[in-house]
Amino acid sequence: MTSHAEAPSTAPLLEIRDLHARIKDRAVLKGLNLTIGRGEVHAIMGPNGSGKSTLSQIIAGRPEYEVTRGTVRFEGEDLLPLAPEERARRGFFLGFQYPVEIPGVNNVYLLKAALNAKRKSHGLAELDAFDFLTLVKDKMRVMRMDESFLSRAVNEGFSGGEKKRNEILQMLTLEPTLAVLDETDSGLDIDALKIVADGVNTLRAPDRSIVLVTHYQRLLEHITPDFVHVLANGRIIKSGDRTLALELERRGYDWVLEEAAA
Amino acid sequence: MSSKADDLESLIGQKYRHGFVTDIESDTVAPGLNEDVIAFISRKKGEPQFLLDWRLRAYRHWLTMTEPHWAYVDYPPVDYQSISYYSAPKTNANAPKSLDEVDPKLLETYDKLGIPLHERARLAGVAVDAVFDSVSVATTFKDRLAKAGVIFCSFSEAVHNHPELVEQYLGTVVPPADNYYAALNSAVFTDGSFVYVPKGVRCPMELSTYFRINAANTGQFERTLIIAAEGAHVSYLEGCTAPKRDENQLHAAVVELVALDDASIKYSTVQNWYPGDENGVGGIYNFVTKRGECRGARSHISWTQVETGSAITWKYPSCVLLGDHSSGEFYSVAVTNHRQQADTGTKMIHVGRHTKSSIVAKGISAGRAQSSYRGLVSIQPGAEGARNFTQCDSLLMGPDCGAHTFPYVEVRNPGAIVEHEATTSRIGEDQLFYLRARGISAEDAVNMIVSGFCKAVFKELPMEFAVEAQNLLAVSLEGAVG
Repeated sequence: MTSHAEAPSTAPLLEIRDLHARIKDRAVLKGLNLTIGRGEVHAIMGPNGSGKSTLSQIIAGRPEYEVTRGTVRFEGEDLLPLAPEERARRGFFLGFQYPVEIPGVNNVYLLKAALNAKRKSHGLAELDAFDFLTLVKDKMRVMRMDESFLSRAVNEGFSGGEKKRNEILQMLTLEPTLAVLDETDSGLDIDALKIVADGVNTLRAPDRSIVLVTHYQRLLEHITPDFVHVLANGRIIKSGDRTLALELERRGYDWVLEEAAA
Repeated sequence: MSSKADDLESLIGQKYRHGFVTDIESDTVAPGLNEDVIAFISRKKGEPQFLLDWRLRAYRHWLTMTEPHWAYVDYPPVDYQSISYYSAPKTNANAPKSLDEVDPKLLETYDKLGIPLHERARLAGVAVDAVFDSVSVATTFKDRLAKAGVIFCSFSEAVHNHPELVEQYLGTVVPPADNYYAALNSAVFTDGSFVYVPKGVRCPMELSTYFRINAANTGQFERTLIIAAEGAHVSYLEGCTAPKRDENQLHAAVVELVALDDASIKYSTVQNWYPGDENGVGGIYNFVTKRGECRGARSHISWTQVETGSAITWKYPSCVLLGDHSSGEFYSVAVTNHRQQADTGTKMIHVGRHTKSSIVAKGISAGRAQSSYRGLVSIQPGAEGARNFTQCDSLLMGPDCGAHTFPYVEVRNPGAIVEHEATTSRIGEDQLFYLRARGISAEDAVNMIVSGFCKAVFKELPMEFAVEAQNLLAVSLEGAVG
């Protein structure tokens, strides 16, 4: 295992401090703090509309959101001024809750363009068609995807499960340092859930971290988190270990909300 | 975080790469149009009497006509008396015999445009006719084509060397009185390309014509005639550019295609006339009549067009399906940015039995541009078993542009099957963000989305032109998003 010698090892992988953000005139994050160390798996849970997806999108650099206060540091560097593509090239990956259809653009084309954009920014040579196909077919086996999938248009006519598997395939191909998976488990049957979880688990490594944004604890039965956070009303209101997820499953969110209000 | 550069609305910023002017001495007739000017053009070209008579009849008819205004485009009136109807580079009073005699400045011009005329430099397998303002300056690969029996030359040469073919076919697909611009073209056309592929011959290479407007205050009125005799096959491509000028320039061409029994003609256009600047100053008015007649049984005509240039486009490449079991196709990508306006589409006229047509039209609008698809599918009473499939898709980039669809369908045979599908979509912030979140730059993401949208049309273009078209699209929409 090679580690990034140049990265400041003392800085956490991701450090969010007092983050406030809004979209149009609506405040969506209201002083959020979160620190993610290398090699850790975090789960962010919370009721609907609490800001979970918003947080994912803001870290990824979605232009419609405006950060009004606070900082986000990735490997010690300020992430906020960077364009979304720059964040991706530096090793951030967002698995979309609703993967987007791009008609007429092949999966293989997107995957290759994405991987080569990243390699180029790291001063690496672009992969040629043969090496690329060898690599991606390898990853497709992990995700149990048929090769015919490569020539299909991105997410067009995909079932919900296929879209989510496609997200994980992209993640495996790009090998990010930090992956945020936004409700990757929603809409999956139990078999697909297991394939997705297996895919995510193959990526776990001491220098790589994963954030699972989810409603339910069932994904966490397959991918064991080191930390569990509750996000409500634009802030992390409680953090704990994986037993917190089980407790939320049993008791719901109201008691945490009451505790936070008290 | 919401920097201005990320904003979909901050689209627009197009660079036109062919806007230079060639400094060459020209023989240009004074502006104005009358019978003397027409006689002058005809004399200059040494035309036979029948052609002069034909021009004059067209002109007299044109005088009785009025400019059409039904298209969804808006522009100030054109002053037809302020246009010069003939301009030719002065060197070589007679058409050059070989490339070595062509003015080096002209060769340089085509090199700059990426169309090297020297055959050794040219991609093998493509013959080029280069038309500069009113005259053809060079045609490559003539000898090799002649060996196969294919005639590929400038229209002027065809008038001299093959007057019988010209007389037999000229104006039989687009009669001089067809419409206002066709009548004008018939009166004053100067040059263009002529192709005749004899019976049973498959043309051994792609043919192409490259049109360049250079002189100021001139119009370009070219005329192209392509005939594929029984069982012949030909693929032809046309490209066009013009310098950047603040005045509008008129381009009113006529293209006629004739396909006899079992013949097939594939006609592709990559149109990149100067579109005017961001504020709509300057640019070419592209008022063009293109029509193909499938005269023979089982004949086939296919139009593919990629329209990225011109301030105003008024153009409906059409097929008249006379022969039984003949078929017509129309594949179109029309890109409009800034203040460009395009009203384009096709007509498929089904006359013969079991005739088939398909239409795939893709419109892309950005900036403040307006793009319209206008199409007619007409099934005549005798067109037993006719079929048509039409698909029109519009892609909007930004909030200030527009896309419109005007499909006309006339079915006068109850057995016909006519299908129409249409969609309008906006380049999504979602699509853009999704691709950027994968590390792809905003510019590349837009190109990817647009190319995907146009895929069904691009795959119809000959290989090397598909690449050119894709690049052209990228240039036209440069800075269009992000």
